[in-house]
Amino acid sequence: MDHILSILIFFPAVAGILGFVVDKGSAKAYGVSVAAVELILALGLWASFDITNPGMQFTELIPIISQFGISYNVGVDGISLFIVIMAALITLLGIILLRDDTKNMKNMIVSLLFLEMTMVGVFLALDAIIFYLFWELSLVPMLYIIGAWGGPTRVYAAVKFFLYTFAGSLVMLVGLLAMAYLFHLQSGVWSFNLLDWYTLKLTTDQQFWLFLAFFAGFAIKVPMFPFHTWLPHAHGQAPTIGSVILAAVLLKMGTYGFVRFSLPILPDASVTFTPFIMALSLIMVVYTAMVAFAQKDMKQVIAYSSVSHMGIIMIGVFAMNAEGLGGSIFLMLSHGIVSGALFMLVGVIYERTGTKIMDEFGGLAAVMPVYATVFGVMLMASVGLPLTIGFVGEFLVLLGFYKVSVVGTIIAGSTIIIGSVYMLALFKKSFFGPVRHEKNLGLKDLDRRELTALLPLVAIVVWLGVYPKPVLEPIDNSVKALLVQMENHAQLESTKEAIIVSKKEVK
Amino acid sequence: MFIDPKNITMDVLNLTTLMPMLIAIGGGLVILTIDLIKENIHKSLYVMLTILILVIDLGATLGLNFGPNEKGFFDVMLIDGLAILSQVLILVASVLFIPLALTSKRFHEYSYPEFFALFLFMIAGFQFMVSSDNLILIFIGLETASLSLYTLIAMHNRHNSFEAAVKYFTMGALAAGFFTMGSAILYGISGSLELYQIAPAIQSRMGEPGMMMFLLGGAGLLLTAFAFKLSLFPFHTWAPDVYEGASAPLAGYMSVVPKVAAFVVSMRIFEMFIELQIEWVQTMIIILAVLTMTLANLMALVQEDVKRMLAYSSISHAGFVMVAIALATEKANTGIFLYYGLFMFTNLGAFAMLWVSRHKHRVHHARYDHPYEKFSGMVKIMPMGAVVMGLFMLSLAGVPPFSVFWGKVYLMSATIDAGYIWLAIIMGLNSAIAAYYYLKLIVYMFLREPTEQVTKETTYYNVSKPLLTILGLAVFVTVGSIFYVDPLIEYITEMMRATNFGI
Repeated sequence: MDHILSILIFFPAVAGILGFVVDKGSAKAYGVSVAAVELILALGLWASFDITNPGMQFTELIPIISQFGISYNVGVDGISLFIVIMAALITLLGIILLRDDTKNMKNMIVSLLFLEMTMVGVFLALDAIIFYLFWELSLVPMLYIIGAWGGPTRVYAAVKFFLYTFAGSLVMLVGLLAMAYLFHLQSGVWSFNLLDWYTLKLTTDQQFWLFLAFFAGFAIKVPMFPFHTWLPHAHGQAPTIGSVILAAVLLKMGTYGFVRFSLPILPDASVTFTPFIMALSLIMVVYTAMVAFAQKDMKQVIAYSSVSHMGIIMIGVFAMNAEGLGGSIFLMLSHGIVSGALFMLVGVIYERTGTKIMDEFGGLAAVMPVYATVFGVMLMASVGLPLTIGFVGEFLVLLGFYKVSVVGTIIAGSTIIIGSVYMLALFKKSFFGPVRHEKNLGLKDLDRRELTALLPLVAIVVWLGVYPKPVLEPIDNSVKALLVQMENHAQLESTKEAIIVSKKEVK
Repeated sequence: MFIDPKNITMDVLNLTTLMPMLIAIGGGLVILTIDLIKENIHKSLYVMLTILILVIDLGATLGLNFGPNEKGFFDVMLIDGLAILSQVLILVASVLFIPLALTSKRFHEYSYPEFFALFLFMIAGFQFMVSSDNLILIFIGLETASLSLYTLIAMHNRHNSFEAAVKYFTMGALAAGFFTMGSAILYGISGSLELYQIAPAIQSRMGEPGMMMFLLGGAGLLLTAFAFKLSLFPFHTWAPDVYEGASAPLAGYMSVVPKVAAFVVSMRIFEMFIELQIEWVQTMIIILAVLTMTLANLMALVQEDVKRMLAYSSISHAGFVMVAIALATEKANTGIFLYYGLFMFTNLGAFAMLWVSRHKHRVHHARYDHPYEKFSGMVKIMPMGAVVMGLFMLSLAGVPPFSVFWGKVYLMSATIDAGYIWLAIIMGLNSAIAAYYYLKLIVYMFLREPTEQVTKETTYYNVSKPLLTILGLAVFVTVGSIFYVDPLIEYITEMMRATNFGI
């Protein structure tokens, strides 16, 4: 298991290159097998992962540009482990859900495999330039997926997605380069290694500007209000598989960036900016939930609700305590699974009826009972019903946030109510009442392919909702280590006070 | 009055410093002689001969002793690290360019031996230009190269190539005028034409009243001259028309080699001024650089023709690199060569792809040779071609891990090191603007359906094996850059340390 992380990163890419040779008719089978192997590898990583060790494991380091301190450096800890597994799982299920008559199936499979490489790479990279490399590279296959298989204005949506994120990440790049320079000033050597950067003492002024530079890259990706405008376009036009991966994995890159870069490297600035981020996140949570309620298009409802939940994740990240941060990491996973499943479900009905407008449906529960059940489970998970996966993360985040701000918690908690309002409205309009269109009477229920893709997600939703411990424990260990690191690293007393972590709990 | 007799030994003359240029000039004469002896020889002979001469030239260049004070030929030649490095870059770019002449279709300019002779003379000119710190020799090199280049453009023998050649000639003549006037002022205040003597002379007279006026005139005129040559805003207007008129590979060549030569001379001249603590020179260069990259980017956004887009984009890239001259640090100077070394392959590849898809007649548009529509749905007609062109576009846009990204990162990092964070952010945002027009081509190639006129029969025929080889090499260098950037930086830095910047 020495090079398992490199294998995890590059196996899909190599398979993608070889995929060009595979016959058109077998492309999907090829994609499923490769993604399955990748998932097994990721699960193997979990099996050999030492859950008591909060630090980086399986690290590999190969200098690439030694003069300039850039090296290929990867590692995994409790924070990134499950996101990687989730990325592999969602890719596999997404490929399974692809219809056999998808045009240019081979190109789709190859793009997805390359996308998988960049996703896994982002979460495993420990070198800022390697991180940036995968981060930017992930835009290219996504651009192609949205642009080639999307709706009528797909090109506009794809280009907007690319340019918006690209512009933000170039500002982030300036921040990364400035970090490396500051490291060089203090230590005399160049390094882009994150673990080196964690030891760097920066003045509050430097931290302030660096935080803003990182914020530009991460906030657009999350996407935080008011930088979220690219996302509804992208979701509106993207094919099902594009939306699934975008919502489930790509958005997590932004929040993961905050956890991996902003918090531990810039603790003082993170605390300084907390009120600002909290305000933006609360606006994002409430505002996008209201926008979601006003949508007529089922996919847009899910898209806006997904942005709203990203706001909760952001609140948890900046709560600066083990509950909030750990909860938000868990929420990243549950959001990935639930929003991924919801986008798959919208895709299923869109394939059958050719429309996503809720008013066109009605009474689907009678026509497609299994579909309605799966949809119902995911919907409950999305609004955070206890004993579903959505509850655990949301509860922990709100608990963590309660220690910071009671009023804020009440506002954020209100989204559970607004969330249930729009989700139940969606469910009522689409699934209950009379069947509005004659042709909808003949709709077929979920077939084997769709069940194969969706049932594992339903199982996970229930399993981790009832018994989240196997996942929560490693996350908790790493999160506490991160907070202790932040506290030791912080220079202002006020920062140390804001970071609530009881050292006794950490072994 | 007699001039004092001087004892000059062969050792002092150090004639070997002239070897590389003499090889190129001699090679050009050989090609002309062969044509005299036997007419109508196939162009492939000339192409191969030119490559051989260039390789020998490269060998001679690499074999030279170099160092910060390695002088030769009455001390007008200066063989320092910069001279060697830039000659290597120029020669490699030329070796890459020349096989593009072997197209499967006949484009008559390549059937003339004069084309190849002029090409070699041009290279000799560039070599003189970069390996001297004597203003007169620089000027001679510049003019030799430019006059040959004007003719090469005109040999494309189409209506707009004559226009391009004349336009380039006129602008070039103007720039030459500015250059001589600027040099004259420097001579007037320092009594020397050698940069290493000018620098201390200026330094000792810095405090004198009126000195700033002379410096303003001298540096200002020289800056104008090089702004013309480097096509910096607002002296860039000739570039898109000239690129459009020249054949596609030659345009790609022009976007790299003459600029490298001009950058080398700019480094020698302006970094001297900056080292002398004349701050407004630095400010002027930064302003020019920012305006160039931003405005050229905005112009590129609205172009309807891919070749013109690439022309504006290479102007913008030049603006990006110009920042490094203003910084005048070792890292920035390394960045210039790293950037152009990587940019060279990608850009030459992109222009070569235009050459591959060239039509004999204008199919799509009465005005343009390469409108975006021509590339519509290219992935369906020519999948590999579209993928290759897409890679070049991503690389030019600065998407990692493709080659130009490393140049960008290195230059931006050098800018940050020098304390110009705001400038680095402008550079970053410009890359984001630039991404739009590169993406536009990708969108046309991958996400649109082919237009009716474009089918397998009507287009994309201009492929030959040598061309494919060059393209393959360009792709390889563009994609695999992550593996060789480290030794490249090391080599360039070492060369930069062996360079004499006049102080």
